Amino acid sequence: MDAATSLETHPHAAEHEHHELGWWRKYIFSTDHKVIGIQYGFTGLIFLFFGFSLMMLMRWQLAYPGQALPEIGKFLPHIFGPNTMPDGKMTPDFYNSLGAMHGTIMVFLGIVPLAFAAFGNFVVPLQIGAPDMAFPKVNMASYWAVFVGGIVMLTSFFVPGGAAKSGWTSYVPLAAVADTGPGHLPIFNGQTLWLIGFIFLITSSLLGAINFIATIIQLRAKGLTWMRLPFFVWAQFVTAFLLLLAFPPLEAGIIMQLMDRVAATSFFMPAGLVVNGAAMQISGGGSPLLWQHLFWFLAHPEVYVLILPGMGIVAEILANNSRKPLWGYKSLVFSVLTIGFLSFIVWAHHMWLTGMGSAVSAFFQTTTLIISIPSVIILSAFFISLWGGSIRFTVPMLFATAFLPMFGIGGLTGIPLAFNSADLYLHDTYYVIAHFHYIVAPGTIFALFAGIYYWFPKATGRKMNNFWGKVHFWPTLICMNVIFLPMFLQGMLGMHRRWYDGGQGWTLSGEHVWGLTGFQWNTPISWAAWIMGLAQIPFIINFFWSIKHGKKVNDNPWEATTLEWTAPSPPPHGNFITAPIAYRGPYEYSLPGRDRDYTMQNEPVEPSERVRRKTAEPVLV
Amino acid sequence: MEIPYTVSTRPDTGLWNAKVGIWLFLASEVMLFGGLFSAYIFLRLDAPPGMWPHGLLNVPVGTMNTAILILSSVTVVLAWAALKMRRYRAYWWYMLATISCGVIFLTVKLAYEWPQKFEHFGAYIKPEALGKYEQYLGNKHAAEKDLPPRLEITGHLHNRAALNDPNIKEYEVALDPLNADPTNPAMDRPHFFPLPVTDKIAKIEKEDVERATMFLPTHSAYFASYFTITGLHGMHVLGGVLVFIYMWLPVSKKLYQRNPEHLANRVEVAGLFWHFVDLIWIFVFPLFYLL
Ligand code: HEM
Ligand SMILES: [Cu+2]
Repeated sequence: MDAATSLETHPHAAEHEHHELGWWRKYIFSTDHKVIGIQYGFTGLIFLFFGFSLMMLMRWQLAYPGQALPEIGKFLPHIFGPNTMPDGKMTPDFYNSLGAMHGTIMVFLGIVPLAFAAFGNFVVPLQIGAPDMAFPKVNMASYWAVFVGGIVMLTSFFVPGGAAKSGWTSYVPLAAVADTGPGHLPIFNGQTLWLIGFIFLITSSLLGAINFIATIIQLRAKGLTWMRLPFFVWAQFVTAFLLLLAFPPLEAGIIMQLMDRVAATSFFMPAGLVVNGAAMQISGGGSPLLWQHLFWFLAHPEVYVLILPGMGIVAEILANNSRKPLWGYKSLVFSVLTIGFLSFIVWAHHMWLTGMGSAVSAFFQTTTLIISIPSVIILSAFFISLWGGSIRFTVPMLFATAFLPMFGIGGLTGIPLAFNSADLYLHDTYYVIAHFHYIVAPGTIFALFAGIYYWFPKATGRKMNNFWGKVHFWPTLICMNVIFLPMFLQGMLGMHRRWYDGGQGWTLSGEHVWGLTGFQWNTPISWAAWIMGLAQIPFIINFFWSIKHGKKVNDNPWEATTLEWTAPSPPPHGNFITAPIAYRGPYEYSLPGRDRDYTMQNEPVEPSERVRRKTAEPVLV
Repeated sequence: MEIPYTVSTRPDTGLWNAKVGIWLFLASEVMLFGGLFSAYIFLRLDAPPGMWPHGLLNVPVGTMNTAILILSSVTVVLAWAALKMRRYRAYWWYMLATISCGVIFLTVKLAYEWPQKFEHFGAYIKPEALGKYEQYLGNKHAAEKDLPPRLEITGHLHNRAALNDPNIKEYEVALDPLNADPTNPAMDRPHFFPLPVTDKIAKIEKEDVERATMFLPTHSAYFASYFTITGLHGMHVLGGVLVFIYMWLPVSKKLYQRNPEHLANRVEVAGLFWHFVDLIWIFVFPLFYLL
């Protein structure tokens, strides 16, 4: 029997093949979206913790500049090389490496793989009732690209001269001349590896973005119209477009910076550049500003890549735990689309100091202020969704509710930065650090924790422990605020974000705010950071322990409405036993006249219901 | 459940999955080359007068390559149409034609155009020494004619060793026609057919030279963009050719026998990519060769 006839007579032949896959194909080189999602999840979590550890080291230097780091300080030079922390004292170069790599790793190897790729992969196909992603092999390739990119980034710590040290923004010409000259290798130096690693990360994101968009367009279940999509799916859809269209210009920039380093071109190098007292042997004619434009053309949309999936997760959890439909679903959808569009035309608000002229500056100030409107709409809709709900304070809900004020603080403190007159003062101070960390740290990361606690039962069939979840939540919330709130003060006192000595040698630091000088505030901040590190231990233990020993639960433990909860937990290969059909919107909680307070998307609309709800949509089957 | 719409179309979108995928991919490619072209514009507008070279590329060869790529875009459509009509032999020949066009394009680029540039030499003269080399530069003539100033002397470097040997004090250059006869009005504009290097030799003292290199990416922002963009474009051509070869080999015949529509879809997707690669070249050609 040849292949063609066997396929016809046994429609499930391909499926049978899958069941016989070896361990390697099933768990390592898998094409199943759930396995890939989980791979992304572990990768993202590990990198998040690693990136956070880099920051915990820096916090020592900021709180106790020039002092030897006890115990750990003796041990680190054995890992990172003798020039990093001689006698436990951090060198400026190592400090810079830590800072640059903290930013890079957190954003591109922590949050994006976790928020976009892991949650997107695991949840989106389930929520739209699809058997898998549209292109499973591309999906696998995208995971392995991020894996290689991560390895390259990690490797760069161990080459002579250490990892990249020009900030996560890699501004030229600083970055172009960094890690060159005596003591550095041609390709195997920090900055060049950073660029090469980045190309892999970009490749991964592009492949992922294509896959997500195609999946959402093509594989929605029958009856799942656009306005019946869970908000999380919308958020991922817009996020994917941001990655798809914003990353390539940065890729172009990365290629050019790579050429500057390996082929001695001058894309970003102006003529007459003098480095260490010697004129550089280059043609010149390049433009450092060009790099900034290309970088921020990605990196502003990127900040929405960091936040939108988090908003999507929070939306699901708020509706589920307030037992109410999400308030203003349509305005939420249009807001997220508006944000997606506007985020492409605000990038130069990171470049006020470059003096781009009042007309250009006025344009970008205006767009930046306009983009805060949809953000405010989303946040308001979330708050209103809570109004009058019968709230269940589950662990996911704790994190999701904490997200709201934290994101609020982060967003509101962005407004002064949007005016170039105010930003001339605040730019590159700790104020900016506090602004965006309020959004990504207690904001996005809380949303991610919420999502992990929320969808854990779908992935494993078990719940994570409630008590230890709370033990994780409260100290983390408190520490986050002790860390980031004082940074606003430090910034307003004028403390620069890249100072190696924490502002100790800086004359104005004598000024007191709330009893401490700007410099002295470093100490409580650092302690809060270290304690927050400890506060993650309950999470880590809870996470691994619950995989095997958590409380067994049914397929829909949160009594939720969206399609992923109609699949078995954990879902088998192909996800659903029969193709699901959606008959209604995503958040049908507390419908009047029902005995349960939730109605799942795949429950047909009853005739009586149609009469009662005058607005009932036509049923598309 | 199996993944739907891999071959057949989804009723409400009218598309199969890979077609959505390739259009999205092309959108990102537009942004990639868009970034590079914006950089080109940025650098070109920033370039001081006389620092953006003209007429250094071989226009007839570039035109021929343009024609070859356009031709291949036609043949790939014919290949696809042949598949749709289930004429495998015709498909096979059209595919072969497409592949050959791609290979010729790459060969011309890599074996002829680039190496020719690597063999060419240019020396930027220091501002204070420009007068000394007026006989090769003709800046007075250029100023009268409102042409950009001429800061560079180009041609074939006779003493290659001079590039790296500090003991050699001057470059011996067989001049390009422009520098050999700079006041000739015929030299005011680049020629369509490039004129060969003359046998007039100029000696340029290293002291008077600001920077001297072969026509490599380091030569100028112009050649940096040229090599980067055509290099990246060439990699796209190579990628397309490899995919076409795969679709042309016997393995794909097996797919054809099993599910001809699937192969036709694949060719369509690859063809869309190929048209895009072609389109990029349509921008590259005028930007670097003509303008
Ligand atoms: C809601 C309205 C927002 C406004 C008006 C706003 C405005 C700004 C401005 C003007 C800057 C530049 C400050 C400077 O460098 O001097 C900035 C920095 C930043 N913002 Fe926002 N922002 C907003 C929301 C967000 C969101 C949602 C995120 C998402 C995570 C975010 C992440 C960042 C980051 C990462 C930086 C710093 C980049 C760096 O210099 O390293 N912002 N913001
Ligand atoms: Cu921004």
